[in-house]
Amino acid sequence: MAKLTKIKTRLTGDETEVLVLVNHPMETGQRKDSKTGEKIPAHYIQKMSFALNGKVVAEANLGPAVSKNPLTAIRVKGTKTGDTIKVSWSDNQGESGAAEAAV
Amino acid sequence: MKRRTFLQGTLAGSALAVAAGAGLLTPTAVLAADWPKNAFDAKSEADAVSALFGSSSAAENSAIKVTAPIQAENGSVVPVKVDAPLDGVEGIAVMVEKNPSPLATNIDMSGGGASGYYSTRIKMGSTSKVTAYVKAGGKLHTASQTVKVTIGGCGG
Amino acid sequence: MKKVIITLMGACLIGAVAITTQASPQDDLQQFRSYFKERFPEVPMDEYSNGLYAFPAAGDRRAEWEQIEEFPPYEIDISQGEQFWKANGLGSCMTHPATNYPRWDAATKQIVTAEQDINACLKKLGKEPIKDLKKGTMAHVMAHYRNQYRGQRVKLDYPFNDPDALAAYEMGKTYFWAKRGQLNFSCANCHVHSAGKFIGGNILSAALGHTTNFPVYRNKWGGLGTLHRRYGGCNKQVRAKPLKAQSAEYRALELYETYMATDLPLTAPGNRG
Repeated sequence: MAKLTKIKTRLTGDETEVLVLVNHPMETGQRKDSKTGEKIPAHYIQKMSFALNGKVVAEANLGPAVSKNPLTAIRVKGTKTGDTIKVSWSDNQGESGAAEAAV
Repeated sequence: MKRRTFLQGTLAGSALAVAAGAGLLTPTAVLAADWPKNAFDAKSEADAVSALFGSSSAAENSAIKVTAPIQAENGSVVPVKVDAPLDGVEGIAVMVEKNPSPLATNIDMSGGGASGYYSTRIKMGSTSKVTAYVKAGGKLHTASQTVKVTIGGCGG
Repeated sequence: MKKVIITLMGACLIGAVAITTQASPQDDLQQFRSYFKERFPEVPMDEYSNGLYAFPAAGDRRAEWEQIEEFPPYEIDISQGEQFWKANGLGSCMTHPATNYPRWDAATKQIVTAEQDINACLKKLGKEPIKDLKKGTMAHVMAHYRNQYRGQRVKLDYPFNDPDALAAYEMGKTYFWAKRGQLNFSCANCHVHSAGKFIGGNILSAALGHTTNFPVYRNKWGGLGTLHRRYGGCNKQVRAKPLKAQSAEYRALELYETYMATDLPLTAPGNRG
């Protein structure tokens, strides 16, 4: 089941702030399971791309030092009401997710 | 050293398994550039910056604003905002000097479709300087802020 | 640690609120509010729904909290709770507003919380009740449910004239003011007498408005937890044995604290450090 990805957009002038929240553990690989004493395997988002009307405008690289349930935000230029913003991400274990919003 | 091997093994194994099994990694996936492993593995800020931008020579720019708490309530969630109102911002990276691996996250907007702004939430193991590296106009600009951390956020 | 204990004991002797069991609940509420109004004249009443961030001393932390509130992680939990709510048709029997909980059930002579009614509702619909009452599904469902009433004011329709109901309220009040644990602290020691003060890098919230922001996403937990999860944690912090979520004592404590928050706005779910 895909991890929940939520988007919020805020249009200011012709720029849109895009905020993305992803339900992701962002495990560093250093934390130990309190029951087994074993290290919990690293599991974190690596790539996150932002596309405006299907064209990629930015690509973020995330690592294990990014917080659990991470919030990532950028400002997209040259947007107008009705445009579509899509955010796609993938992690080090091959999982991925995406979400779309209309400006 | 051991950890690096473990990660490589895991990545190769699971990525192939998922791609083969579920076809999730479609050819039309817009994630072009590879994840900069060397930069994320670098143990010093200078090495991480070099790995990411090709050089570590940078100059402070007071026009860049880094918004982060002076004293973080909890090191596991430290909100950091970088506002770089410069011309032609190509990329922004957030480094935590005292973290075992200083590079926390970076963004590439070299296509010109996004302005010089990046907001994130990071983990900090201890009190440290947090520096934003902004690539703009062919140069590397920086702005920093020290964030005090009383409860480390790396996994306790 | 020793320094902290001395400070708290000192605070106890100064300005202790006189508590007599003869006072009516309405008197209790009046006294509770007056205490905080006198102690923090610059803090508007409604701000107490924001816990420690109500205090001017929280200045920098409040800015950090507001940044996170722009898009807080609990929005994920609300979505998950909403999915569960709709999938299970909880709307058909969860018809009480969140501002009315906890309530008194005259038939069973018990204080009843929203968590209990959610499970009763599931049972009525022929579904499995939720087992974990501290985190996970129950927390998500409570987040969705209470979020619908965000901004609305606490108003319990509690029958204080019913002797059994009054006795249950008194049990909650006694629990709040009684010392416990190896550290021998009461809820009041920290959240009345030392409210607004620092303890090990954290600022103590006022008990006034305590329950308005639960369930809460704590960065420390890396997830959402219910009010009774936090009660257990607080018990452990004073080296007292934690009670089970939805135990009679915790329900009574929840009633007392919620009644003390009468007229304050709900700010649930909340985000904390």
